[in-house]
Amino acid sequence: MKQEIQFVLNGEQVFADVDPQWTLLYLLRNVFGYTGAKKGCGVGECGACTVIVDGEATNSCLYPVLEVEGRHVTTIEGVAAPDGTLHPIQQAFIENNGVQCGYCTAGMIMSAKALLDQKPDPTEEEIRTAIAGNICRCTGYVQIVESIQMAAARMKQ
Amino acid sequence: MAYKDTMSAEAISALGGAVEELLHIGKGAPRTAEIDKVTGKAVYIDEYQRPGMLHGKILYSKHAHARISSINTDKAKALPGVRAVLTGYDVPDVRVGFLGDQTLLKRDVVRQYRDEVAAVAAITPEIAEEACRLIEVEYEPLPAVFDPLEAMKPDAPLVHEVDARGRPLRSNILPLPWKLTAGDVEKAKAESAYVVKDEASTTWINQCCMGTSGCVAEFDSNNNLTFVSLTNVVFGAKGRIASYLDNIGLKRKRIRVLNPVVGGSFGTKLDTDIYEFICIQLALQTRKPVKLQFSRDEEFFALPPRQAARFTIEQGCDKDGHLTFRKCEAILDNGAYTSWGATTPSVMMLPMSSMYRVPNVLFQATCVYTNNIYSQAMRGYGNPQAAFALETSMDHLAEVAGFDPADFRMINRNQPGDVTPMECKITTCPLDRCITAVREKIDWDQKRGKGNGRGVGMASLIHVAGGARIYMSDGTGIRIKVTENGELDVISGSTDQGQGSPTVMAQIIAEATGFMPEDVNMIFGDSALGLWDAGTHASRHTFVAGNAAVRAGAQVKQQILELAVQYIPKLVKSALKKQKRKNPDFVEPELDYSLIDSPEKMDIKNRFIFPKAEPDHPYFRMEARDVVRRGLHVGTGESKHVVAEVFWDPPTQMLNAEMKGNYSCTYAFGAAGVEVEVDKETGEVKILNLVSAHDVGRAVNPILVKGQVYGAAYQGVGMGLSERVQVVEGKVVNGNFRDYKILTAKDTFPVEAVIVEDPDPAGPYGAKGIGEPGLVPTAPAIANAVYDAVGVRILDLPITPEKVLAALKAKGE
Repeated sequence: MKQEIQFVLNGEQVFADVDPQWTLLYLLRNVFGYTGAKKGCGVGECGACTVIVDGEATNSCLYPVLEVEGRHVTTIEGVAAPDGTLHPIQQAFIENNGVQCGYCTAGMIMSAKALLDQKPDPTEEEIRTAIAGNICRCTGYVQIVESIQMAAARMKQ
Repeated sequence: MAYKDTMSAEAISALGGAVEELLHIGKGAPRTAEIDKVTGKAVYIDEYQRPGMLHGKILYSKHAHARISSINTDKAKALPGVRAVLTGYDVPDVRVGFLGDQTLLKRDVVRQYRDEVAAVAAITPEIAEEACRLIEVEYEPLPAVFDPLEAMKPDAPLVHEVDARGRPLRSNILPLPWKLTAGDVEKAKAESAYVVKDEASTTWINQCCMGTSGCVAEFDSNNNLTFVSLTNVVFGAKGRIASYLDNIGLKRKRIRVLNPVVGGSFGTKLDTDIYEFICIQLALQTRKPVKLQFSRDEEFFALPPRQAARFTIEQGCDKDGHLTFRKCEAILDNGAYTSWGATTPSVMMLPMSSMYRVPNVLFQATCVYTNNIYSQAMRGYGNPQAAFALETSMDHLAEVAGFDPADFRMINRNQPGDVTPMECKITTCPLDRCITAVREKIDWDQKRGKGNGRGVGMASLIHVAGGARIYMSDGTGIRIKVTENGELDVISGSTDQGQGSPTVMAQIIAEATGFMPEDVNMIFGDSALGLWDAGTHASRHTFVAGNAAVRAGAQVKQQILELAVQYIPKLVKSALKKQKRKNPDFVEPELDYSLIDSPEKMDIKNRFIFPKAEPDHPYFRMEARDVVRRGLHVGTGESKHVVAEVFWDPPTQMLNAEMKGNYSCTYAFGAAGVEVEVDKETGEVKILNLVSAHDVGRAVNPILVKGQVYGAAYQGVGMGLSERVQVVEGKVVNGNFRDYKILTAKDTFPVEAVIVEDPDPAGPYGAKGIGEPGLVPTAPAIANAVYDAVGVRILDLPITPEKVLAALKAKGE
């Protein structure tokens, strides 16, 4: 039996008929066509599905869809400005090689954004803790951490 | 076979001795071409959709070795939404794989847990999965063998009873020719002042691509196939699929192989995997597009990992520390079937014969069938495994002979002009600079030899960096078309796996043509558009495709300059006429058209054509696209399109029957240094500092080069300390990211990538390939550092706390 839920997705009020067994990731990918969040493992270990729910970075692959009711969800598709201008984190990832294959990137940027939204001036340790649940196989994290630092510095200006 | 000079005329002119004038090479250009990856719009196989597309799923074996006594698919077929259920009895009995030792779906016998027994196509992945659960298979278990040494014994159970041609087999040892000899090893050994002998082993490592494996197969009404695949060898995949289709009776069908955006590669996309053939078969059966994508679970147990290897290595030196010989025998657990793991010895031979100056060499590798999972390529191919044995042995020999390990490496270092026992021609070789950089930055002389729980270790590497001629062609094709708007549409026959090719190629092409990197639109991974390419493997893309691009770019530039000779005067004269019409008082300037009367007198930079004698000429300096447009719209039947196509095959050699030959245009060198702290109570090894210094020829993009080194070095740390696919009686038991330990952002330590530049005459603007090297020396450097810290040599990777504790206990601590 499907149920209707209502929530805010990337700043817009949305409705959806959902199967209670779905995850938020399934809803985003299969109903709304927001496919930036990826099912890298499906069990909350890799972080490729990370989105922001009410300000917190969240593994959408584990998030029961009915829990979304009334909440604010931001996906990677809602991070750039409406005119397409990149968010400073996105821009820094492009400039400093924070992205290679790109599969982890959406989740990585969402974790970074959740951090910088709450803490504009994080230490390296805090950045690394914030993205500890986002596995990247390409970069060794060095240029990802640098990119987040670069973005934080630019956002302060 | 005569050695052909690798220094081509074009490469020399590309270098031009005017390195300081390069506008785009050496700059940290941003990865703007991949902007969709940061906005969530990039289309990976996960997102790839076709109308009416079905989803495939595979049912795997429940035994490591068993006879299938019955398969019942009735319940699965009856499940609503199921469109096809296939077993080995429903598909042609056609063999696939490099040795033709398996079929898509196994009929009679399963030989490993990942054996594909049945496959389903259904309208959703969930229904396909449910259908797999409804297939009933009965097995009669057979005796299995899991240890390659056991499998070599005469009375071992046979994994295969017949070979690909149906001839009976009497042994599990594969008929592969991995033997390289040079000089006289036994004589040299007898004459050596010092000799050491060690046994080292490396285990299975999962490549852990963040995007799981997958493909979409679709036949049109003529039975021509479009295959959307993650392959990094578009034409290799096409060839394998073509011969499969031929063998099942679909002769001379057209096949187009396409890449979506690829979520990591690291070797997994080199072979055409069984799941891909199964997907094709499901699409053929259902007449619908079929997608088959792995779960993370399958990625761990059903995708071949890095080849595991055991080495017995002996080395000797004279009293001055010069290596006298190296003898190494490797045994490779081949698993139940053969993929590109079995050919890793062709790369193991490179370090075994050519790392450091060593005159007498014997290397031999034996591949043995077992009922374990089978293996394939991973970054560095066999090099990281071989380097682990070799570089730990170097430290052992240095100690026995009384040398500092860094000094010992310097004494034996390779040098430009060397020809190695494998007949590899060393051209540029700043290995000395790499070792010295590591020595300084890791504070070697201060920190080594304390034995106080902290220690430093070092290891070097050699790797192919100028292509790798493993096929008769190591070529690649590129086509550059200049549009009248001044865009460069570039079709490359090769693929992009996320390593940064769209950016690096754009920089090379901008440099060669005189346009800007942002003008370049790279199109990769389409067998219908691209010219042939040997594959984006063996760290060859920047080197080989870059060389093709330099040549095609030079042709484009020449074509534009020829048009410029013809049309700049016309464009200028008509502009002057226009001015005159507008303003009758306008006095036409006296212009010296001899400044632009031949292509040699002009150049193009940053989109502008100009006379070399007067770059800022007020009339002759002109946007290149204006000339391109004029040349395309002539009005007299003489219009010309600026387009150039180059297929470039490096001047290298196939390995001969003795496994010798100069199979790469140039070789990359490097060294890693690691400082560790070992906790004697817990056995835990903590990395305090890691320095990885690499000979890159020239860094086309220093930011991206560092990214390759960092990423590879971290994979090397995983190989050294934590990563192993645990296989118990043939079964993968840690197939998830909780139990399979790859490094996270919290596993942090200072890491420095030192970029050593020594432009190679054969490279595009001097660049060498650098995709794999960063991984190679890391694990042995860690092992050597652990020895320096606590005096135990752990020669079995990974260096887990249990192994360290056991070794300390055995040592009496």
